[in-house]
Amino acid sequence: MSKMWQPEYEAMPREQLKKLQSERLVAQVKRMYENVELFRKRMDEKGLKPDDIKGVEDLHRLPFSYKQDLRDYYPYGLFAVPMSDIRRVHASSGTTGKQIVVGYTDNDLSFWADCFARMLIATGNDENSFVQVSYGLGLFTGGFGAHDGAVRIGATAIPISAGNTQRQIQTMIDFGATVLCCTPSYALYLGETIEEMGLKDKLKLKAGIFGAEPWTEEMRKQIEEKLGLKAYDIYGLSEIMGPGVSYECEYQCGMHVCEDHFIPEIIDPDTGEVLPEGAQGELVFTTITKEGFPLIRYRTRDICSLNYEQCKCGRTHVRMNKPQGRTDDMLIIRGVNVFPSQIEEVLLSVGGSITPNYQIVVDRMNNTDTFEVNVEMSENLFSDGVKGIEKIEKLITEKLRSMLGIAPKVNLVNPKSIERSEGKAKRVIDKRKLH
Amino acid sequence: MFIKQLSIFVENKAGRLHSIMDALADKGINISALSIADTTDFGILRVIVSDADAAREILKAEGVISKITEVIAVYIDDRAGGLVAVLDHLSDAQIGIEYTYAFLGRTEGKALMVLKADDMAKAAALLEEKGIKLAGETDI
Repeated sequence: MSKMWQPEYEAMPREQLKKLQSERLVAQVKRMYENVELFRKRMDEKGLKPDDIKGVEDLHRLPFSYKQDLRDYYPYGLFAVPMSDIRRVHASSGTTGKQIVVGYTDNDLSFWADCFARMLIATGNDENSFVQVSYGLGLFTGGFGAHDGAVRIGATAIPISAGNTQRQIQTMIDFGATVLCCTPSYALYLGETIEEMGLKDKLKLKAGIFGAEPWTEEMRKQIEEKLGLKAYDIYGLSEIMGPGVSYECEYQCGMHVCEDHFIPEIIDPDTGEVLPEGAQGELVFTTITKEGFPLIRYRTRDICSLNYEQCKCGRTHVRMNKPQGRTDDMLIIRGVNVFPSQIEEVLLSVGGSITPNYQIVVDRMNNTDTFEVNVEMSENLFSDGVKGIEKIEKLITEKLRSMLGIAPKVNLVNPKSIERSEGKAKRVIDKRKLH
Repeated sequence: MFIKQLSIFVENKAGRLHSIMDALADKGINISALSIADTTDFGILRVIVSDADAAREILKAEGVISKITEVIAVYIDDRAGGLVAVLDHLSDAQIGIEYTYAFLGRTEGKALMVLKADDMAKAAALLEEKGIKLAGETDI
């Protein structure tokens, strides 16, 4: 069995784990019913009393909670303890709309550090490790989450925070960082810069813990090659805790959810029904130990599936696969689910380390969906011959067909011709008028 | 023995060629030969210009993708069969031609053909050996 930080929880037999989850869920529902007005209101609307919830088997009866709730009750309306018990707050701007704020008690901060510590141990670190925290240390949960985890296992934390690439690289080399924590896109950027500077052999990095944004297997390969480390995926969201809600172990076969703190469910995003084991759907979390900012059945909008098979590492906690996309950007084209992230993955594999800018255009003609992908031409895709460019068009089309099951029409367009708003390209144009 | 040609990506959209030509004209780039290879979706515009490197920078600033490629410019006699004489040598040596287009040279009685062969070094050596004059950068 692999080395673990809290084996008594991480490898707890599932029957026992279910009992623990049930006890914690029952207590959490009671506490929230007493202290969180919105939750009480939603329970009452369903005609539910805390006593009706006897264990995890009743979880599906509880009301959902949504991102919008955090905006409606901004800033502290959903906190379940007096503010004197809140030790720290974090906030997230999100990509749209008003920022949201979350709060943590001493206990919350402590088990968060344990969750991150589990990942550090699972990826081969110990008290001799040097953890370079290049996530932003601030209101964003990434930096403090990684920092507290590093301190918890007794490693040396290097809380450099985000930005200033030259200083990041200098510090990494001089301080002998063995683990790097940052976003995958920044890791790739660091890797490219290090490659250009010819400094790869000066690095002592063994592992990288990357998360907070979607990334692909293709990116993983490139980061590993450029930085000479093993790249691990971590998942988290501020609403639930921050990084460490789930994480990859050394076998990298899905991310173990810290199930003694968070119960995951997969639901049909349209009907809200819980889906059978292994099915793909929307990920929903219930926090069963959180005191400051607890949430019941929080709709993450991330699309993934859960695997309850026992992992080789000995951990019994369920594994979630990397989210395949989000319910809010999922497209259904000719009956097939299509996520922009899948198109991104294909383009990255064709375009080298740069993802060409792209746009998906969907329309309906003669009752059939049309599906086009416009890809901006770039220096590394262009060649002097018509055949060479047609080959790239065909390659992209074929790769998309094999990934999605349907083939789009691929158009190569001029650089910077895809409309951008606030620096972000508009990825999807859906012209279908079905209502 | 090779000359620089600029290959430019042209999206199949009204006004694209005009804006590229306009950008080059604006900066005083003279075009001495031009050819377009097109498909239903896009085209590749190939030009021989007075300064290929400068032209590439100008286009880059305009967000236009281009690449410098090397081609052979062959002097041919301005008469029936002038081109055939050159092509004979290449086909005898089994050298394939990817594309070719003509332009006006400055030498009286001679025309210039741009040639892109599958084996450029072999093609250039062969033509020179057969006494066919190739144009250099300064000749155009």
